[in-house]
This record gives sequence, C-alpha cells and structure tokens, in this order.
Amino acid sequence: MGYLRPTSVDEAVGALAASPAGGSGWVVLAGGTDHYPARVGPRAAEDILDISRVAGLRGVAETDSGWRIGALTTWTEVIEADLPPLFDGLKLAAREVGGVQIQNRGTVAGNLCNASPAADGIPPLLSLDAMIELASAKGTRRLKLAEFIQGNRRTARRSDELVTAIHLPRPANAAKGDFLKLGARKYLVISIVMAAGVIERTADRKVAAARIAVGACSAAAQRLSALEQALAGQPLDTNLRALVTEMHLAPLAPIDDVRGSAGYRLDCALTIVRRLVDRLAS
Amino acid sequence: MIAFTLNGKAVSVEAPPERRLTDLLRLDLGLTGTKVGCEAGDCGACTVLIDERQVCACMVPAAQADGSAIVTVEGLAPAGEISALQRAFHRHGAAQCGICTPGMLMAAEDLLRRNPAPSEAETLDALGGVLCRCTGYRKIVEAISDVAANRPDAVAPAVGDAVGARIGRVDGIRKLDGTERFGDDVAPEDALWLRAVRSPHARATFTLGELAPLHAKYPGLVRVFTAKDVPGNNGFGIYPTVKDQPVLADGQVRYRGEAVVALVGDRATIETIRDDEVPIQWQAQTPLIGCAAATAPGAPVLHANLPDNILIKGRVARGDVERELAAAHVTAEAEFETSFVEHAYIEPEAGFARRVGDRIEMMAVTQQPVAHRDEIAQVLGVAPDRVRLTATAVGGGFGGKLDLSLHPLIAIAAWHLDRPVRCVYRRPESMASTTKRHPAHVKGRWGADKDGRLVAIDFHGDFNTGAYASWGPTVANRVPVHASGPYAVKTARATSRAIHTNEPPAGAFRGFGVPQAAVLHEYLMDRLADQLGMDRLEFRLVNAIRVGDATATGQVLTHSAGLAKCLEELRPHWKRLRAEAAEQNRRTGNGHGGNGHAVIRRGVGIGCMWYGIGNTSMSNPSTMRIGISAEGKVTLYNGAVDIGQGSTTILQQIAADALRIPVDRIQQIVGDTDLTADAGKTSASRQTLVSGKAVEIAALDLREKVLRLTNAGPEGRIAIDGPVLRVQDGDATRTLELRTMAAQGSDGDVLTGHGRFDPPTTPLDENGQGVPYATYGFAAQICDLEVDVALGTVKLRRFVAAHDVGRAINPMLVEGQIHGGIAQGIGLALMEEYIPGRTENLHDYLIPTIGDVPPIDIILVEDREPVGPFGAKGIGEPALVPTAPAILGAIRDATGAVVRKIPALPHRVREAIKLAQGGTQP
Ligand SMILES: Cc1cc2nc3c(=O)[nH]c(=O)nc-3n(C[C@H](O)[C@H](O)[C@H](O)COP(=O)(O)OP(=O)(O)OC[C@H]3O[C@@H](n4cnc5c(N)ncnc54)[C@H](O)[C@@H]3O)c2cc1C
Ligand code: FES
Ligand code: FES
Repeated sequence: MGYLRPTSVDEAVGALAASPAGGSGWVVLAGGTDHYPARVGPRAAEDILDISRVAGLRGVAETDSGWRIGALTTWTEVIEADLPPLFDGLKLAAREVGGVQIQNRGTVAGNLCNASPAADGIPPLLSLDAMIELASAKGTRRLKLAEFIQGNRRTARRSDELVTAIHLPRPANAAKGDFLKLGARKYLVISIVMAAGVIERTADRKVAAARIAVGACSAAAQRLSALEQALAGQPLDTNLRALVTEMHLAPLAPIDDVRGSAGYRLDCALTIVRRLVDRLAS
Repeated sequence: MIAFTLNGKAVSVEAPPERRLTDLLRLDLGLTGTKVGCEAGDCGACTVLIDERQVCACMVPAAQADGSAIVTVEGLAPAGEISALQRAFHRHGAAQCGICTPGMLMAAEDLLRRNPAPSEAETLDALGGVLCRCTGYRKIVEAISDVAANRPDAVAPAVGDAVGARIGRVDGIRKLDGTERFGDDVAPEDALWLRAVRSPHARATFTLGELAPLHAKYPGLVRVFTAKDVPGNNGFGIYPTVKDQPVLADGQVRYRGEAVVALVGDRATIETIRDDEVPIQWQAQTPLIGCAAATAPGAPVLHANLPDNILIKGRVARGDVERELAAAHVTAEAEFETSFVEHAYIEPEAGFARRVGDRIEMMAVTQQPVAHRDEIAQVLGVAPDRVRLTATAVGGGFGGKLDLSLHPLIAIAAWHLDRPVRCVYRRPESMASTTKRHPAHVKGRWGADKDGRLVAIDFHGDFNTGAYASWGPTVANRVPVHASGPYAVKTARATSRAIHTNEPPAGAFRGFGVPQAAVLHEYLMDRLADQLGMDRLEFRLVNAIRVGDATATGQVLTHSAGLAKCLEELRPHWKRLRAEAAEQNRRTGNGHGGNGHAVIRRGVGIGCMWYGIGNTSMSNPSTMRIGISAEGKVTLYNGAVDIGQGSTTILQQIAADALRIPVDRIQQIVGDTDLTADAGKTSASRQTLVSGKAVEIAALDLREKVLRLTNAGPEGRIAIDGPVLRVQDGDATRTLELRTMAAQGSDGDVLTGHGRFDPPTTPLDENGQGVPYATYGFAAQICDLEVDVALGTVKLRRFVAAHDVGRAINPMLVEGQIHGGIAQGIGLALMEEYIPGRTENLHDYLIPTIGDVPPIDIILVEDREPVGPFGAKGIGEPALVPTAPAILGAIRDATGAVVRKIPALPHRVREAIKLAQGGTQP
C-alpha cells in the first residue's frame, strides 16, 4: 500500500486526481489526531497521502480582505498567533481541543474535515463567517463553512480535493469573539454543548452584527440566525441575555447519548448561549 | 529510511511510514521508556518532545519523525544522573506505578523548558493531556512546583528510624528514567504475537468454520487456538470450586468481549486480520442486561448450576430490626443505583510466556503470582510447580489484575508451539474483556432514637456480577458486614445478592462493593441528622464505633478504632468550610439559574467509612523470607506484588527496623513464584498488615539467629561489612565470617529468617456473626464544592481527609494512596460509567484529569493496631470509600439535589436540581 508525502499542493492534488492502483482511494493525513484514534486494533492497510510537508499551508496571515489560516496550521499556532479580539473565541476553542499534545499536532482544517458534531473548531469558525478553500487538479473553489459541513462526519469535499486554507473576512466594525464549552471533566473532554459567538459593535455601543453558533446539539453545528437578528441593533448596555429565548434554539436537534440527554442539551444550550451573549456584551 | 535525532543522537531506521512512532521507538529502536496506554491520544503515556513540543507519539506516523528532533524519557538524564525534574518527582512520591510517569515527565519538561517557574494553573494546563490513575496528581503538581529548588533527597533515616520516614520509593528511580520493565517491556525479540478474537455479542452461540482459508490468506498466521486446544481445564475463576469462565469460549458466549479464538503469528499479520475475517458463525440471542432482567421469572439461565442466576447471597443479622425501626424516633430510607466502573489502569494487560522443557515460564502483569501460577497450571493440566510466573512491574491494578486475563492464552500458545508468545491488550479489548466494579442497587432504612443514637439498620444490595463469578462472592460477603457504616448499632439486617447477567464479569475493584454501600449509608446518616436537627458531623461522632463497641457481626472492637478521632480532627475544618459556604451562598443569593445567570451554589459534605483489612473470614496468610548471603547481601524474598501502592518500599522499611540495619542495605526479589513464597494477593488493603507482619516476623527471626550465633544480647547492633558480620553488644564486638558458613536452600544464603502471618479471624455463622477481620481502617473526608445550578456541573474546591491508618510506615506513600483513592472516588461519584460497546475507550469513558482533582488536606490519625507491624494497618481501599459519599452529600448540601443514579453526570445533577426545585424533595 502506498504512502505519499508530497511537498506541494500541485503534487498533492495530482495524486488525489488518480486513485491509487488497486486501492479504495487516498486517505489524507495531516496531524493524525483524528486519523490514528479511529484505527486502534486490526485493520487492512491503506493508501495514505501525508500532507504534513506540503509547502505554503502553514500559519495564520493577515490578507487584504481578512485573514487566512493555512490548512496545516495547528491549534497551538492559532493560540500563539497575534490576532485581534475577534479571534478570542477561536483561541479559547483551540485551548480546549484535547490537551497540549493534541493542540501541538492537530490542525484546524483537520478538525473541519473530520466534521464531528462535537468539533470545537466549527462553531467559532461559523461565527467568523469562515470560507473553506479547496484545491484540486481542476482548480480551486471556496465554500462557506456551513455549506462545507454537511452533517455528522460529512463534508462537501470531493475525494480529489484538498482543503488548503480557511479564509476569514475582516468585519466592518470593531468585533469580539468568545467561546463556551460544557464537558464532564476539565481537560480532554468531548463537548456536551458548546457555543461560540462574535459581536460587532457600533461606535455608539450598539450591536452592529451578531453571529452565534452552537455545536454538539445537531449533526452539524448551527448558526442561530433568529437570535442574531434579534440582537442586531440592540444597545450593548441593556440586558441582552434576556433577549435569548428557547425559540432561538429552533435550528438545534440534539440527540441522547452517553454524555447527556437531548433535553439536557437544549436546556444547557439556552444557558450557555445566554452566558455567551452576556460575555460578548461586556 | 527515516532519519531523525533521538535524544541528541542521529538515528536512521527502516520502517513502514504509517507505523506509529510509539511502535517505532519501542519495537524498532528498543526504547521502551515511552509507554502505550491507548493508541488514541487519550492517556498521554506516550508523550515525547518533537521539535521542542510535547506530542503523543502514538498518533505520529513514523514518516513524520523524519528530519525532526525527538526527546524521550531516556533522554532526560543523558549523563546517567537523573535531572532536577526527575529528582523532584522522586522526592515527592510523584510516581506510583510509574506507567504514566514518562509521559508526565515529558509534558512537564515541555512546560519547564518554556517556563521555569510555572503557576499551578499553567502546570495543570501543560499536564492536562496525561492521565494518571494512581496519584491523584497532587504530588505531581507539588513536585513540579519544587523542581527549581532542586533540593537533595531526604537524608537516609538512622538505623531504627526507617518506619515512619518519608523516604522515596526504593524502586523509584527506575520508574523515572524509563528503565522500569512493565508487562509489555519484557518479551524477547523472537516472540510470536497473540491476539484474541472476542465476541461482539453479549449472548450468543457460535460455530467455527474452516480455518484453512485464513491460513492460506495469511502465511504469517502460525496457529489459531480454540477451546479444544486447552490442554487442561477450560475454565478459571477466583474461587477453588468455581472455574466458570472459559479460557476460550466453547460454542457459547455470555458477554461482549469474551475470548473466542486466539490468533498467533507475526505482529503484522496479527494486526491485519480483522475479526470479521475469522470464520465464526454467530447466532445472537437476547442478552440479560441488568439484575432485573436476570431475576425476572422465566429468564434464561447463564450457568446450569444456578437456575435463578443468583451466584450467592450474603447476610448479617442481629436483633429484631422491624421492632426497633418501628420504635425509632426518626427513620430515613433511600435507594441508589451505581454503574459499572472500569479500573482504567493506564497499562493494559501484557506479558509473554515461553516453554522451557516441560515447564511454562511467564512474565506478566499480576496482583497475585502464586494463585495465578496455580490457575495457569490447572488450565494447562500440569502440576503448579511446572509453571513459573514472574510479576513484571504493574502499571496500576486496583483489583483489575487480580483476575487472569491473557495468562492462560499465552501459556497455552507457548505450550503448544514451544516458542515464546507475547500479547498486549488494546485499550478497547482491555476495557471490554476484563472485570469491572459491580453496579449496585442498594436500598436501606435506618432509624435513630431521640438522642441521636442509631437503633437499627436495614439494608439490601443487589450486585450485578456479570457473566462469571470472579470476585462476586467476595463482594456479596463483604458488603453486609460493612453495611452499617462505621457506626455502633445493636440491631442490623443486611442482605446482598450477586446476580449473573450477560455483562462484563464484575470483580475486584478497590473496596469490593463497600464504596457502593457507603453512598447509601452516608446519605441516610445525613437525613437522620437533618431530621433530628443535629449537625451532620456531630451526629456521626455520636454514633462512631469505638473500642468496646460491637459491630453488626458481633465482633467487639478491642483496639485501633480511630473514627471518632478522625471526626474530631475534621471538626474545625468542617465548621470553617460550612461557614464559608453559607456566607458565599448568602452573597450570591438563591437563584435558580433559569435565565442563564451563572448561579453557583457552594456545599460541604462529609463521608465516613470503615474497612476490614484482609479477606473476609478466610485464611489469607503471607509468607516471607529474609536471607544474608556469604558476601553479606541482605535479601528480602518478597512475594507481594507492588502495583504502585508502594509495598516494596514499605516492606523494606519494616524489614530494616525489625532487623535494625540501614534501610538501603536491603535488596529485594519480588513476585517470582520460583524465588518468593506466597504473600497472597495485593488486594483488600492487606499487604501492609499481613505481609508487613510476615516481614517483621522474618526479620526478627533472622535477627535472633544472628544474635544467637554471636552470643549477643537482645540489644546487639548488627553491622554487615561484605562477608563479615559484626554484632556490637555493649563493649563487646562479635564477628561472623559469612563465607565460612554453609549455604542453605536454593537462595544460597547462609542465614535465613522466616515469617508467616495470617490475621486472626473466625468464620461467620448463618446470621453473619463472627470475627470477619482482625482489624479495620477508618476514615472521614470532607468535600467542599460548587455546583453550577443551571448546568448541573460540579467544581470541586477541596477535600480534607482524616485517616486512621494505625501507623504510617511511610507517610508520603500513605498520602499518595489517599490522593489516588480520592481521585478514583471523584471518578466514581461524578463521571465514570462503563457501558459495554459504548464507552470502551478513554475518551468516551472519562476518568479524572489533573484539572479535576482539587487540593487535598490530609490528617493522619495513628491509632496503633497491635496486630499489625509497628502498629500499622492498611490504606489502599479506605482512601476511596468515603469520597463519593462526601461529594454527593456536598451536592445535596449545595442544591438539595439527590442524585439517585451514580455517577452524578451533569445531566443527572441538573435533573435532580430541577426535581428539588420543584418542591418534590425526596
Ligand atoms: C485525545 C484527543 C482529544 C481531542 N479533543 C478534541 C476536542 O476537545 N475538540 C475537538 O474538536 N477535537 C478534539 N480532538 C480531535 C482532533 O484533535 C481535531 O479534530 C484535530 O483538529 C484534527 O486535526 P488533524 O490534523 O490531527 O487531523 P487528521 O487526523 O490528520 O485528519 C482528520 C480528518 O481530516 C482529513 N483531513 C485533514 N486535513 C485535510 C485537508 N487539508 N484536506 C482534506 N482532508 C483533510 C483527514 O483525511 C481525516 O479524515 C481530539 C483528539 C484527541 C486524540
Ligand atoms: S498511548 Fe498515546 S495517548 Fe495513550
Ligand atoms: S503512577 Fe500514574 S498511572 Fe500509576
């Protein structure tokens, strides 16, 4: 079975364009922190496309229109990057992805491609209006994160495509992000519920725009657009939390599992979103 | 070719690029210091530094090592002298079993290289990715904060002062430098690998198809073993008369995870063959899940000799319970349910076996070498002396390695193939196949008189013992004895049942059912106190069992009953913490958290316990030997396996003081059935008491022989200088030329002392009356916590733990046991719930991380036990028992919420809070 370590995007997408001989397709490997845990115990050999050496995919950079997070950027690199308060939510999420070992190796793009309903990277990136850049031998395209994530471990990535970057637009106003996670222990814990948000503020201390997303409460994390509309235009110094109602959680469809019941998740989602809004307003 | 820098040296190695870096290091490069606990990033035991960053080696493909600089635990002390970090770990007792230690050290090294003086919060963040099941993390945190000081080790205690000294573990350094050899570190290079194929069904029959196609497809497959290859009895079990668990299932399985066939071959082959490629035709049947299903009328029968699926019943009865409860001034009653709890030792089961002539020699993990040797022998159909079992270092046991696991499989394979055969369980296999803590349904009704004295207790517990007996009888017998809690009560009825289901065999786990029962008795104590308007601690103090009181089994305690002292010690802490909590709650108000306000309620709870040390009403002797060789080497032949709790160190301290020589003059041979006598099991908190006493007797015997041979008086001072032994007695010095003496026995020692000790007990009659234990440990713990009322999450603030240990032979190790016990109690109370097929890994099954164990204040109460060595009794299990009751009591104190199903996961706490707020206070 094959193991390829391309050094350029062209080489990588070239490989992806042709299925390996006799195999069932390339398995892309970046930081390996989702890859290896899914492979404990006996299994057949696979063809692996290890993209860790592909040039140009690492790091966070400011661009004309905003920021670009290269696909190989690790959570630690996000934490250590010099970024405005807009990214506070993403940084908080980064600190909660596993332990330091995981953050040092796991990539932001890998988290999105793995598309777990409980992926901590997805709500903050939804609240940052992230666009996903995909490259293939046929060219590149960009998708909204909400379109990219299609469900529980399902994405819009074609098997010949590589995610190369995440693009984040610069908001029109001063903005701040935040993130809250609920789990049953302190470290290394899969979220029962998490919420991320960004509030842009006007000069006269009103909500210019709000983007709030909730994870682990549906097959794919969801933006709460009704809530975002309700918040827009409100003065920051009012009791914004009081505006959050159960109706705003309508996009969520949590399930019962070992970590909590559906009812509990909804109950907590309401609490956490209210707290998040509180924190964002302060 | 993969080339990189390893511990400062350039290496290059040919290996498959997708191979895990852990395998590359351990198997290809022979550096076994890096440990493997899960292969899934969950445990952090495999933490190494890659390019100056801590990383889990189990998730790094070998290919990605290329060009990097890697540091492993072996690289921490390149010059041979251990580093300041390692020394701090040693000084603080931060390594117990040592299996997590390489990972902990590497994570700490990463932290300290960036930040030489980290805050506690920074330390917790840096080590959050490494799990430890033994230490409760507190000593690790202490050690890291003390690295910079780089103090020397404590000075060795003077002769006669070893007992009571806080010395570092005698096996401590090798747990820190990567040289300790655990179950997966000992196999020879040419060993074949064995992997069991296990049942995916909880209840099923099966037939095996033709194996030839599998062999044809996989030439590396040497042999597939099935039930018919078991040369002796295809059954094992703890009790001499109950060998109910097959080594390999014979047409029928009774739980998910049961071994069906064993594949043996080269590693690559064994790791490639998927279970569904093995020709097993399954006929799944509806399993019996839970005790209710198993005891329902018409339920299918698991074992033909037990038509009602009830393995055993236990009973303790004294006085007229109905009458006393009817006459009681107040009564309280309740029911609780607990879950399967997984031992989650970080070291999965591992070992290897080889055939030497007509013997099998095995090195593997075990908590009881002699009993396991005998079990392996009866499976092989040979006499016990044809099996040799050498215990490797054990990376945590907690009762889980008291049962056989891979031992009969590798024994059978090595027997047939006449080649060394090794095996290591994968984490999911370890979790699915090995024993668990019994889920319990406990209920009781207790009464007290108007002066606040208990008048009667009524208790029943049903224990789900799973598919096979394992330690079910032990639990069923131990629980009724302890059902009253550590309180004096004249009238008691306590009954129990161990019930078979199609679930994992429930066996021994720190406390043998007592922690489950303690959840109930401490709840009832709180309720009775509340109804009487008494303080919860004072009510316990009034009822604390004391010297002169009789237990529910009619045993009158004659000494060493320190619960009252523990409670008195806790009283000021209790008052202070209660006052602080009340003040905090008053300030934050009594909101319900309904509108998203962060409503935090603080609460303080207390839990008391007692625990009989040693086996229940059964002989459980330990035999020890100490010899002096012609060259003057003093050796303790110690059959007690140290599973991290520290018995090797403590026994050496006892030996030193009994013999009256310096503690570092003694060396040991530990846990080898050819070389050490039977010390019994490392369980029931018995090694300090039982083996400790046996060591003391052996050392005194040796001392007496030396004094007799030298005609010295009882105060003679022994000094050994190579082959010359001198005894100073007053002004006279007498000499023994050891080389001139004849060697005795197989050890070749010229002088030997023998010791055997069996704690005095009597059988229990049909009402459970008698003396089940020679002595009991006592403890009380306070938990201070906060509950987020809206989310149901619990944040622990502090524990204060008072423990009567008789005498602390090594206070540092005792503290380590208490920390570790509390950490496991936290898991039991708040997060641990094993569900077959769903939480078979360490990310769905949660154990406490370093961030989940708060500061712990310890008060050691030393109410000397005259039966024990130097007054000591035991601590292993007592440490855990009171913790969950204290936590659950504190949650009730904070919120009024009574969580009936343990663990108190956030959703259950939230549910219980809502119920309590609804005014339906149970
Ligand atoms: C112990 C532990 C704890 C964890 N805790 C958390 C947590 O708290 N929260 C959380 O959200 N996650 C957690 N994770 C999951 C994981 O660490 C993250 O999802 C991580 O970001 C994955 O990145 P990676 O580079 O390691 O992915 P990999 O394992 O290399 O890949 C993940 C998936 O994405 C695909 N992929 C990766 N990169 C690309 C690309 N550029 N183009 C196309 N496909 C790609 C791969 O094919 C694979 O399917 C945890 C993992 C472990 C082991
Ligand atoms: S073995 Fe790597 S994290 Fe457990
Ligand atoms: S010392 Fe940490 S797991 Fe045993």
